[in-house]
Amino acid sequence: MSARLTEVRWHARGGQGAVTAAKMVAELAVERGKHFQAFPEYGPERSGAPIVAFTRISDEPIQIYSPIESPNVVLVLDATLLGAIDVTDGAPDDAVVIVNTDQSPADLKAQVDFGTRRVLTVPATEIAGQTIGRRIPNTPMIGAIAKATGLFTLDEVEEHLRASFGKKFSEKVVEGNVEAVRRAYNEVRE
Amino acid sequence: MSAITTTAKVRAVTGNQAVALAMKQIDPDVVAAYPITPQTDVVQTFSQYVADGAVRAEFVTAESEHSAMSACIGSAAAGARTMTATSSAGFALMWEVLFVAASMRLPLVMTTVNRALSGPINIHCDHSDSMGGRDTGWLQIYNEDAQEAYDATVMSFPIAEHAAVRLPLMNMYDGFIISGAIGPLVPLSDGQVQAFVGEAPPYKHLLQPNDPITVGPFDGLHGWYFEHKIAQNRAMEAALPVIQETYDRFAELTGRRYHHLMTYGMEDAEVALVVIGSAAGTARSVMKQLREEGIKAGIVKIRTFRPFPTEELARVLSGVKAVGIMDRADSYGAQGGPLYLEVLAALYQRDVQAKTVNFVYGLGGRDLFPQNIEDAFRTLEAAAGGADLPYYRIYLNMKGE
Repeated sequence: MSARLTEVRWHARGGQGAVTAAKMVAELAVERGKHFQAFPEYGPERSGAPIVAFTRISDEPIQIYSPIESPNVVLVLDATLLGAIDVTDGAPDDAVVIVNTDQSPADLKAQVDFGTRRVLTVPATEIAGQTIGRRIPNTPMIGAIAKATGLFTLDEVEEHLRASFGKKFSEKVVEGNVEAVRRAYNEVRE
Repeated sequence: MSAITTTAKVRAVTGNQAVALAMKQIDPDVVAAYPITPQTDVVQTFSQYVADGAVRAEFVTAESEHSAMSACIGSAAAGARTMTATSSAGFALMWEVLFVAASMRLPLVMTTVNRALSGPINIHCDHSDSMGGRDTGWLQIYNEDAQEAYDATVMSFPIAEHAAVRLPLMNMYDGFIISGAIGPLVPLSDGQVQAFVGEAPPYKHLLQPNDPITVGPFDGLHGWYFEHKIAQNRAMEAALPVIQETYDRFAELTGRRYHHLMTYGMEDAEVALVVIGSAAGTARSVMKQLREEGIKAGIVKIRTFRPFPTEELARVLSGVKAVGIMDRADSYGAQGGPLYLEVLAALYQRDVQAKTVNFVYGLGGRDLFPQNIEDAFRTLEAAAGGADLPYYRIYLNMKGE
């Protein structure tokens, strides 16, 4: 894989907003002049069922349409999935795994084998509850991705949220989301 | 395709949203449709445009696809610019009336989002639906990604309504893989689309309140049924240059240049894959890697399937040692899938000597990984070096091997 291609795999449960977040990452990529692709692994779409989604971001046009086999970045929106599936499947040794949990990376690594991969944690559900008022972890995860990967800056995410959410939602909702991203960015632990 | 330039405004949309946007910009007179996965959000998005007053189109919610296509036929026979969309079992339910639309020479435009046919029930992508309908008399254009599907939709009416053609046209793209994936789209402005599509050429429509005639009555042994069918085939032949002219006019507007066949690396290719739909992208990226290894690999992507560009295909494949033809549909009991049979006939008639093999892949949404394409090319490389190829299909990514 080209060094200028980032492949992201999302693990979540139906209803946690993973597909919406994957789309937001795609839109952020567009705004940076990058090429992108975002798609879920299509299956039974039930609230609470495990789902997988993919995002590719590249400096060059993306022509591969198959699912991502070797993700550079793995996002886990629901830590209860860690016991059910191997979220690191196919991920290279230098991949980054970001997990939504209030545990520290050290505590998590004591329970789950991540190999040599970088593990980061962020309490995204808690942050969403306190800032947006709904315990949906997808927006805070964008802040964590920005911090962990440098794919986009915190300012760019905030600008994007204000531009895209600003048309549809009240200022309170928009600013709640901005605060969620900012807090997640600052509260990511490694 | 999908070239992102710094000046063009790129949108992040699904394939279905891209096509619904094109439909909005065309703003046809009538859309009659019935929803089916994975086509649903074409119709859903368009119905939202209707509800929002963003289009003038009359939107007819039918109780089945047979009724939807029948409504389209009535509408087009009255001279209304008419569009619809379907998939899979919906396409199959339209079957009877698809032939009527073509034989009445109605320039309908339909999006067919490719999906498998039952059974077992499967909602995922393969080309069984539209490939099964390749002899209904409709023009067929297959698209690789959202941008191509959008562009093809914009180009449809100028082709279908052309006086030398007057045939219904269907545009295909892969269910879920393209229909549901979010990718880049560089849309045209509403004004550009309206100007490109323009007014339909003058034509005396079949249904005239002041000059009533009977259409499609019984035409028995001593009638003109046979000649009607010959006329349809002649219109298909006439469509080939009209489609290319329309592609060329589109290129002048957008810089995006299309051909019946899109070729990559075919100038000096010794081994080549003939592909259709989204698999072309994956195949192209593998081809580029293999070329770095020194393998003279090439790709031929088929866009125009009906009418089939026989001469052009034979020309681009002459000089190639081994050709793999990739089918995302099968033809049970036949020598191979529909695309394979078509390509073989073209090569044989034009006396092109190349080793050939049929790769069948992706049925019911089975993934096609870069490794599968690489395996296919390695097989062709071995054949170019003297190894035999099987007469039977090679299945890619089959379980239990």
